[in-house]
Amino acid sequence: MSEETLSPEQLVQIDYTPSKKNWLDPTVEFRKGTYCYSGVAKHVKYLDLPNPREWQPTDSDWKLPPDWKQIILDGMKERLEKYRSFRLFMDICVRCGACADKCHFYVGSGDPKNMPVMRAELLRSVYRRYFTAAGKLGKLAGARDLDEGVLKEWFYYFYQCTECRRCSVFCPYGIDTAEITMIGRELLNLVGCNINWVIEPVSNCFRTGNHLGIQPHGFKDSMEFAAEDLEEITGIKIEPPINKKGAEILFIIPSADYFASPHYYTLLGYMLLFKEIGLDYTFSAFAGEGGNFGLFTSHEMIKRLNAKIYEEAKRLGVKWILGGECGHMWRVMHQYMDTMNGPADFLEEPVSPLTGTRFENALSTKMVHICEFTADLIKNNKLKIDASRNNHRKVTFHDSCNPARALGLFEEPRYILRKACNYFYEMPENTIREQTFCCGAGAGLGTDENLEMRMRGGFPRANAVKYVHDKYGVNLLSCICAIDKATLPTLMDYWVPGVEVGGVHELLANALVIEGERERTTDLRGDEMEQSGAETTDA
Amino acid sequence: MRDRSLIYLGLLVFLAVVTFPFTYNLAAGSGSMPDLEYPENETQCVESKEFMRSSHMQLLIDWREAMVRENVRTYTTGDDRNFNISLTNTCLAQCHTSKADFCDQCHSYAGVQEPYCWDCHIDPEQLERSAR
Amino acid sequence: MAAFYSLILVLLLSIAGYFGGSAAGTFFGIIIPYAAIAVFLVGLVYRILLWANTPVPFRITATCGQQKSLPWIQSNRLDNPASGTATVIRMALEVLLFRSLFRNTKAEIKDGPRLVFSERKFLWLAALAFHWTFLFILFRHLRFFLEPVPGCVLIAQELDGFFQIGTPILYMTDLIILAALAFLLIRRLADVQIRYISLFADYFALFLLLGLALSGVVLRYFIKTDISGIKELAMGLVTFSPAVPAGIHPIFFIHIFLLSILVAYFPFSKLMHMGGVFLSPTRNLANNNRTKRHINPWNHPVKVHTYEEWEEEFRDKIKAAGLPLEKV
Repeated sequence: MSEETLSPEQLVQIDYTPSKKNWLDPTVEFRKGTYCYSGVAKHVKYLDLPNPREWQPTDSDWKLPPDWKQIILDGMKERLEKYRSFRLFMDICVRCGACADKCHFYVGSGDPKNMPVMRAELLRSVYRRYFTAAGKLGKLAGARDLDEGVLKEWFYYFYQCTECRRCSVFCPYGIDTAEITMIGRELLNLVGCNINWVIEPVSNCFRTGNHLGIQPHGFKDSMEFAAEDLEEITGIKIEPPINKKGAEILFIIPSADYFASPHYYTLLGYMLLFKEIGLDYTFSAFAGEGGNFGLFTSHEMIKRLNAKIYEEAKRLGVKWILGGECGHMWRVMHQYMDTMNGPADFLEEPVSPLTGTRFENALSTKMVHICEFTADLIKNNKLKIDASRNNHRKVTFHDSCNPARALGLFEEPRYILRKACNYFYEMPENTIREQTFCCGAGAGLGTDENLEMRMRGGFPRANAVKYVHDKYGVNLLSCICAIDKATLPTLMDYWVPGVEVGGVHELLANALVIEGERERTTDLRGDEMEQSGAETTDA
Repeated sequence: MRDRSLIYLGLLVFLAVVTFPFTYNLAAGSGSMPDLEYPENETQCVESKEFMRSSHMQLLIDWREAMVRENVRTYTTGDDRNFNISLTNTCLAQCHTSKADFCDQCHSYAGVQEPYCWDCHIDPEQLERSAR
Repeated sequence: MAAFYSLILVLLLSIAGYFGGSAAGTFFGIIIPYAAIAVFLVGLVYRILLWANTPVPFRITATCGQQKSLPWIQSNRLDNPASGTATVIRMALEVLLFRSLFRNTKAEIKDGPRLVFSERKFLWLAALAFHWTFLFILFRHLRFFLEPVPGCVLIAQELDGFFQIGTPILYMTDLIILAALAFLLIRRLADVQIRYISLFADYFALFLLLGLALSGVVLRYFIKTDISGIKELAMGLVTFSPAVPAGIHPIFFIHIFLLSILVAYFPFSKLMHMGGVFLSPTRNLANNNRTKRHINPWNHPVKVHTYEEWEEEFRDKIKAAGLPLEKV
């Protein structure tokens, strides 16, 4: 929070009355807690991005290149010619307002420019001015000159959108604010206006293969550390395969799984599962990051980072790729990877080595979601599950934006959860599945200096969790997204104390009965399990 | 783009629909406004020609109301001529003896919904025909 | 202010039509309509071609239901279409029934705090009512532009006047379109959020449509202008032998002038959502991303960090960690 920490009660006092001022006059105030710090020059430079320099959004002089206006306008022109989505979304909005209260940032902040329609209008007003005939009429036509005030507004509001696409579900024309924000951020990047919480992970990932910049030996240490932990908990010895040539499957996970908590328990979950089923797989230290903050930078950057996945799959000679629990990673893998870096004709059509199931929905991309893979295992009775081991967890499931609205991955994780947990409760229907609310900190906004905005944006999600917490005593919020796992704990502590955050495969592994394991008294977190009435059931 | 041909097709269909009136009339060789047969015995209708063209339906409704509800049987025009209020005995019997040649001409030209006059009134010409 | 200015503009246009029509019938009854149609056709084709020729680099379907994955999981074909046919059905529901708008809810923070969602179907209902009645009214108007008048047009107007109220018979669509437009306008003015986002163009379109509908209603029910004369004019236009018959009421020129403005304004305005709704890439693409590769026509090469470069940079560390190397 800012200097004086706002209490939840204060934060929720939101005035939805928009200001009387014409929105075409740019106003933006970089208030502490509501914006992210600028990209550090070193990282901007490493990535060969334009205009690396020392600056902060609060500076009055942003040290823009002298011809910045032309750069932006040329950039807009180029993108209008390259993306039908962009041109169309600039042209056809009727400002019906159906999207307005669908945005978590608008609900949580009451700032009218957080209405998705307005976020797009910030860009549209400039589009009208320079690319349409009517725009010459100026304000009457909803057009305005591009000046530094407008640019600052763009920066503030395009880094106050998590590209969650909830508004797009409600738009009668399917106008996708994520697309607008992505283009908006691309334009900002052309003149060197980006945030460090995005640019540093991008630069690290480009260089070392993961967001934190962990080098190969560190990667190996992390994996071995996890294996040791697992041995302690279960008595099972695991040797995590890394960069193993000729493995059947390349397993891609978000790097947070091996350096952050509670992600870590999900990593333990995968390892235990793969050990139990004897999967021939490998991690990669080179392609050690499924996450792709390029998605929060530019289309070009998505491709630059994503190229490693197929390159590594080819080098290692695997048959197909399996992907772990991560939200925006799956948007990239599902909607961009094959187009950008495919065709993956050197891989084979994915077939589960245990059940023989052909993953027909991944025939071309050759990458399967871990929830699809595991749901298939359970369905085919390949796993022995004791759901009572999760009896100390009253679980709900948060649909992460991207698996929800870019894939429609709803039932697979729920199937796993229902098998692995005896106590599973859904949040209200306006807040789950395709209508799910963002954690409030996706798209690179999960940084501490942005905390107030995160708490505001996360309010709708947290409020739905509070509902099931109060009603059913839910104490674990499960999800399949690394950004969620990083940001939801803070959100829960703020709005719904007493609810922890975990992964689906963490819960599965808690319940997984392993051949030769020692008696489990604690779950993967080391929390005591309930010991009464433990029955083993075949799933 | 693979969808380009689809878009072009859609556009062509739309243009065909929008320009349909032009092509339809070209094909149908549509005639112009019908020439009405005016009665030989009268030069002046109940009211002016302009009024009759735009508002005859209102006049007929007013006549109906006057006749049926108020038992008024005579209509006095602005220039002091008197008429017996009756579609059958005045309009049809005295001047416009053929519904088909008079009423229907404009009605079908302008696509006017068949008025409900004929739910009660008899078209004398048709009566004659069926009597024969 | 935007609402006021656009109202004034539409009033001025109406006045121009009223007096202009009487003074210069040929200009307002022939030249302007022809010009408007020409601008409409050329502008619309230009805009659609512009969209059509802008590539769709990525398949960015917005999925609103369960994907097609494992055979035993029921997928939602309508909201998450995996095939072309299902996508066509999704689009049809979107275009014909405004399915996405039907989802509309209102979110409000109540004491607790509790975020409460309530149904908000009126926007959907009014939008649907307006669009369908407008289409119906346009279709009904074909009786002025076609000779002989086809049976289906007559049936349409008979249906519309089903209740046989008044003389001439009252069309239900006339009531519905006025009610729907009034709702949409009042909503824009009364809701502070919607008023905040509304531009001149938004009010202008509404006032133009209202003016168009109202002048039509006045012509039919109140002035009762001689419609055979109007048909003569309309037929003249569509058979390229235009003439303006005498005795046409000036209100008619308001009607045709506002229509001409609407039609000419159409391709340059948000009204192009009519064509755009078909092209929205989040709706008109199947979610078969992992089954079928989508081709980006400009898939520019980018600078990447290759494995060789990576191995070279971290060679010592890879070696020390005992991980395999390509070049030992």
